[in-house]
Amino acid sequence: MAYTENELAKDLENQEYKFGFVTDIESDKAPNGLSEDIIRFISAKKKEPEWLLDHRLQAFATWKTMTEPSWAHVHYTKPNMQEICFYSAPKQTKKYESWDDVDPEMKETMKKLGISMEEQKRLTGVAVDFVMDSVSVATSFKSKLNELGIIFCSFSEAVQEHPELVRKHMGTVVPTSDNFYAALNSAVFTDGSFCYIPKGVRCPMELSTYFRINEGGTGQFERTLVVADEGSFVSYLEGCTAPQRDENQLHAAVVELIALENAEIKYSTVQNWYPGNKEGIGGIFNFVTKRGICERNAKISWTQVETGSAVTWKYPSCILKGDNSVGEFYSVAVTNNYQQADTGTKMIHLGKNTKSTIISKGISAGKSQNSYRGLVQIHKNATNARNFSQCDSLLMSDECGAHTFPYIECKNSSAKIEHEATTSKIGEDQIFYCQQRGINIEKAISLIVNGYCKEVLNQLPMEFAVEAQKLLEISLEGSVG
Amino acid sequence: MNDILQDSKLSAFVDKLSKTLLPLDQKITHKAQEVIESMDFPTTRNEAWKYTRLGKITGIKLENKIDRVGNLSREKINSLFQVSKNGLTFVYENGLFRSDLSSGEFPKGATIKPLTGCSKEELKNLGANIKLENEVFNAINTLFAVDGMFISIDKNVVINEPIQFIHLLSGSNTIANTRNYIQLAPFSKAEIIQSYYSLEAEKAFTNVINEINIAENAMLTINKLQCETENSFHISTDQVAQEKNSNFSINTITLNGTLVRNNLNIEVNGTNCETHLNGIYLLKENQHVDNHTVVDHKAAHCESHELYKGVIDDKATAVFNGKVFVRKDSQKINAFQSNANVLLSDDATVNSKPELEIYADDVKCSHGSTTGQLNEEAVFYLRARGISEKSARHLMISAFIEDVISKIENEDVKNFTHSIIKERFGWEF
Repeated sequence: MAYTENELAKDLENQEYKFGFVTDIESDKAPNGLSEDIIRFISAKKKEPEWLLDHRLQAFATWKTMTEPSWAHVHYTKPNMQEICFYSAPKQTKKYESWDDVDPEMKETMKKLGISMEEQKRLTGVAVDFVMDSVSVATSFKSKLNELGIIFCSFSEAVQEHPELVRKHMGTVVPTSDNFYAALNSAVFTDGSFCYIPKGVRCPMELSTYFRINEGGTGQFERTLVVADEGSFVSYLEGCTAPQRDENQLHAAVVELIALENAEIKYSTVQNWYPGNKEGIGGIFNFVTKRGICERNAKISWTQVETGSAVTWKYPSCILKGDNSVGEFYSVAVTNNYQQADTGTKMIHLGKNTKSTIISKGISAGKSQNSYRGLVQIHKNATNARNFSQCDSLLMSDECGAHTFPYIECKNSSAKIEHEATTSKIGEDQIFYCQQRGINIEKAISLIVNGYCKEVLNQLPMEFAVEAQKLLEISLEGSVG
Repeated sequence: MNDILQDSKLSAFVDKLSKTLLPLDQKITHKAQEVIESMDFPTTRNEAWKYTRLGKITGIKLENKIDRVGNLSREKINSLFQVSKNGLTFVYENGLFRSDLSSGEFPKGATIKPLTGCSKEELKNLGANIKLENEVFNAINTLFAVDGMFISIDKNVVINEPIQFIHLLSGSNTIANTRNYIQLAPFSKAEIIQSYYSLEAEKAFTNVINEINIAENAMLTINKLQCETENSFHISTDQVAQEKNSNFSINTITLNGTLVRNNLNIEVNGTNCETHLNGIYLLKENQHVDNHTVVDHKAAHCESHELYKGVIDDKATAVFNGKVFVRKDSQKINAFQSNANVLLSDDATVNSKPELEIYADDVKCSHGSTTGQLNEEAVFYLRARGISEKSARHLMISAFIEDVISKIENEDVKNFTHSIIKERFGWEF
């Protein structure tokens, strides 16, 4: 993808968070606070069946008994659940039949986000589900997917139209009692995406969801469920942005992936929630539970580029249940200013001949703290399990921190596990070498950082890779000097 | 709440122990008392004890024993347990000094004696660096330590012969709370061999703290051999403080013991220091060995190297948790950490957690951890050359651990380690 010098220069000038606008759309909000009534309110709003309400209430009951975890290497003021609005939807009275019906103002928002649907339709053939303030507003390319039997719609639509599928799979990978924020999400989730790929179907296009928090004082709790039936393949993208606000907003999502026999799911995330300003005020708390389960010969691959959020707390994991299943995790996490990230993965090897690869690249700049926390667990019956982990950290200032907390647990003697980690800064000789050849220091750093992240960026679909590269440059602008 | 605490396992555990006679600062003993009163034994919910269950220790009644194993003689001790024939050998039984079993010449320029024989002035820093908050075993040791050794090396003194300490644990349900205090003055050099054995001991427990202060330009090597029997417990804490230009090496060799936990806390306070931590743990049956190391780089321009290797057989469990801290402004640190494990049986378990916490940018830090088994192709290669399968495997295991053993400089320690490994596991070197 051609990305010229001029464009870069322009982007770098525009180093402040460029998605920080607020869209002026009337929205439908629930009163602040959390109680059974609010949950009933959400459920009623969504015209949900009885079983789902029960599921929510049960999750809420579990949540009330739990305490917020504090083991992560991050410091923040715990959000007050009673001050958060758990339901906010852009006001809309009718369902959109086609893309042309969508509120022009919202279209404008999407355009600003760089996901102009017309353009995307034309150029890339990516099907997009757009979730704003917890509610899914538009899904493109529906008819084309329908022909193949692929279901790709908002979560609430799936609840109405495919209740049997949702009921069968929801909560099987991330149970309601999994952790504090997963329980909270299970109780109050408002929307999200649902995707089902039937047996033997190879999804012809990238499926994509764009999440955006628009309203102030709200929390976003969405839920994504991707089910790939036997022998199918899907590549799924996810992007996130939020307006600039001085308050900390909470985003607690749950993503569940189910790869049945011989299926493959590729899940890519470019996370660019508002990271707070230079003094560390405001920004999103990103507390996400992502997990996938692999049946026999299945494969799940997580790729993430994390540049946003004030506090990130996220561990996309794979349960390698079936024999010969494969789990992959590729991550670039960038923190600048006062951002804090505690991210990594869990690879749980249960089946025989299971394989996992972890490549994690952390970049910390400013006064940020960036931690990798990962678990590789080989269970007793996981004969011939194989894991390779590499987590590198790059330090760009003398006030930031980079930390590695790998947990390696092995109960099988035929397993092979390798873990390596390095921490260093950009070599002065590398920069010198570039400068000698007429590349200025800013460009040199971006060159080196891009090279450093290449292994991960290569895993992203092309359009995302370009966006991710730009994001990296913007996030790190001015961090070395 | 109070009722529950009174019934804690910990208070029952320390019930029969006699208070220490060491001249510890009152503030320190008060603090230790507070910890004992307010806490119980750590559970696996405690991050530092995540992989180590203490049920084996906490369930038994232990007491201080002063009965002695009758038929011991200086000659017998020396032939059985003495690692090096050179230098001074001090023998302790259940934490108490036994002059009748000790032998060798006192080196010049050094003060070596039991802690109980020291003046208040000599022990004014005793316990100053030992963390008590949340550290139950440190608190127990602080309140109930019976004795230990005091080593002080004078300025500019280089001691070539190793100083040897043999710690014996005897009798059933014995607890030995041992406290050792080691200090090196500037420009001095010493080597210490600590070896631990048990005799006729069932369910016996060694809880030892080594307080080590290394002044600038001094150099200290410790070789620690843990060879207690299959039903002994061993928890040790080494608290080391390094001043500028100093050099500290410790080789921890764990060959036996049902539950062994080693806490190595190294504080590097001065610039240009070197720190070497090496360890091997060879486990079989139901053994559980947990090595926790912390290297805290508080000053710039330092280097630390860590190499731990383990071979785990039967139903044994090994834990490795290495942590490297690089504090803010501690630039130009090179810290390397490596842990490798070989599993020989399907019931064996390894939990490895190498951690880095880095707050400075101009550093080179890395860690690596591997877990695997013997390479079948390599075994085949050896067999194809007429070496029996058993010998081939032994050869490969020996080569694997020799990597660490070869880092020990003292030939006597090397040979002694080889002979114990051969006796216990049948692996030849």
